[in-house]
Amino acid sequence: MSDGFWQMGGYARFVWPCFALAGLVLAWNLWAARRHHAAARRRVQRALAMNPGGDA
Amino acid sequence: MWTWFYRLASPPSVYRIAAVATPWLLAGALLAIAYGTIDGLAFAPPDYQQGDAFRIIYVHAPSAWLSLFGYMVMAVTGAIGLIWRIKMGYAVAAASAPIGASFTVLALVTGSLWGRPMWGTYWAWDPRLTSELILLFLYVGVMSLRSAFEDPARGDRAAALLAVVGVVNVPIIHYSVQWWNSLHQGATVAKMGKPEMPGSMLWPLLSMMLGFMLFYAAVLSMRVRGEVLNRERQSAWVRAAVE
Amino acid sequence: MSGVGAARAMGLVVRRELRLGFRRPDQLLQPLVFFLIVTTLFPLGLNLRLSLLREMAPGVLWVAALLASLLSLDALFKSDADDGTLEQLALSGHGLTLIVIAKTLAHWLTSGAALVLVSPLVATALAIPTSAFPVMAASLALGSLTLSWLGAIGAGLTVGVKRGNVLLSLIVLPLAMPLLIFGAAATDRAVGGTDATGPLYFLGALCVFTSTLAPFAAAAALRITLE
Repeated sequence: MSDGFWQMGGYARFVWPCFALAGLVLAWNLWAARRHHAAARRRVQRALAMNPGGDA
Repeated sequence: MWTWFYRLASPPSVYRIAAVATPWLLAGALLAIAYGTIDGLAFAPPDYQQGDAFRIIYVHAPSAWLSLFGYMVMAVTGAIGLIWRIKMGYAVAAASAPIGASFTVLALVTGSLWGRPMWGTYWAWDPRLTSELILLFLYVGVMSLRSAFEDPARGDRAAALLAVVGVVNVPIIHYSVQWWNSLHQGATVAKMGKPEMPGSMLWPLLSMMLGFMLFYAAVLSMRVRGEVLNRERQSAWVRAAVE
Repeated sequence: MSGVGAARAMGLVVRRELRLGFRRPDQLLQPLVFFLIVTTLFPLGLNLRLSLLREMAPGVLWVAALLASLLSLDALFKSDADDGTLEQLALSGHGLTLIVIAKTLAHWLTSGAALVLVSPLVATALAIPTSAFPVMAASLALGSLTLSWLGAIGAGLTVGVKRGNVLLSLIVLPLAMPLLIFGAAATDRAVGGTDATGPLYFLGALCVFTSTLAPFAAAAALRITLE
């Protein structure tokens, strides 16, 4: 890659942070969604361990 | 006639469909975003007026679109929950809110970073960015209202109603902000985005749009699974599913 | 339908609300005093740069009026929901929507209309010319009524929430931003001596729009939080 690409015609300090932030937001969404599902799963499992087979 | 719909919208089938769909949606999203990013950053020609700064559009426009789309999904699924008493409507609405809000933040920050070279300042009270900011406030209101209730079912319905009220207001807010901005035109507020765009610039943008939409759908289905577990934790099928 | 007609029932609710309101005059006066205090803060904060103050006056007036009318919204349904009166009224056979309309109108008479009456005082302090008073009062009247309707939705949604006051503002203020835009613009034009009918028409349209839809939304909100 040439230096020109990274310099973005002088706009490097605006273009690159935008793409970095976009990557960050996408990654956060994946991480938070996984955590959300895992936490819900754990909650069900904990309830199940405390009251096995019961219909609550 | 609607039984197929009710069966499809039943918690176990939603949970199962979301599990099957997630990896496919995610794979498609990453492919489209990867192509759009590489083509948009490296191969699309610079804009004749904005130079390389215009490339911010490849993340700004899709996130601005998702911020509105996420709100619409939240309001429509919430309304479905309110009208037809379909619980899964609320699950989708609750799942959509944080995703939409995160993309609203992204649209605001990228819009402001784009504004710096174009307007000479990070924040110029441009009508689109101002509407976007109010949209963020609406998201925060809906999410706070949902979590303010101790009874989740009540929080779901209250949040759904507020989302619907907000949707009625979004065009009014947008229009009034535009009218307000037209009062002090003549300032150096440059219009963002171009109506006509050559294909070499347009294809990466369309790909990014598609990629962000697929990504939203993937994250939504992941979150919906969590919401279903939270809402149905007493039922036998959930207990069987997590074992 | 029970023995009393719908219009008469609404009139009874409005009369009851007003009587209750005037029995506690401090609660009526507090928002008005708040309105005066907030508008006093601006000249002090601007270090008496009066030319700046004169330019900002319509905006200052409108922001202060919005915040002042938010203060009393919290109480719109709260006490009646707490002691069960609201459920009794809802069961009276006249429907929750009519009750909501009556209560909101009564609330506007004691908050919004009172703000309109005090506004010339504030406007004089902010150096708004007398010629702008009619437009200013009209815009405040339309705007505060619209805000009362929006606030009824917010109050209905937060009536079951503990310490829902901040949440109520958080919900209602974004929805009220168009009011601020058109209301301040109308006042601003009147101050500048130009035609203010455009923004006033917009305010009127918003007022009609919310008056027709908001009672149903607020009643639905109450049904969600009370049932």
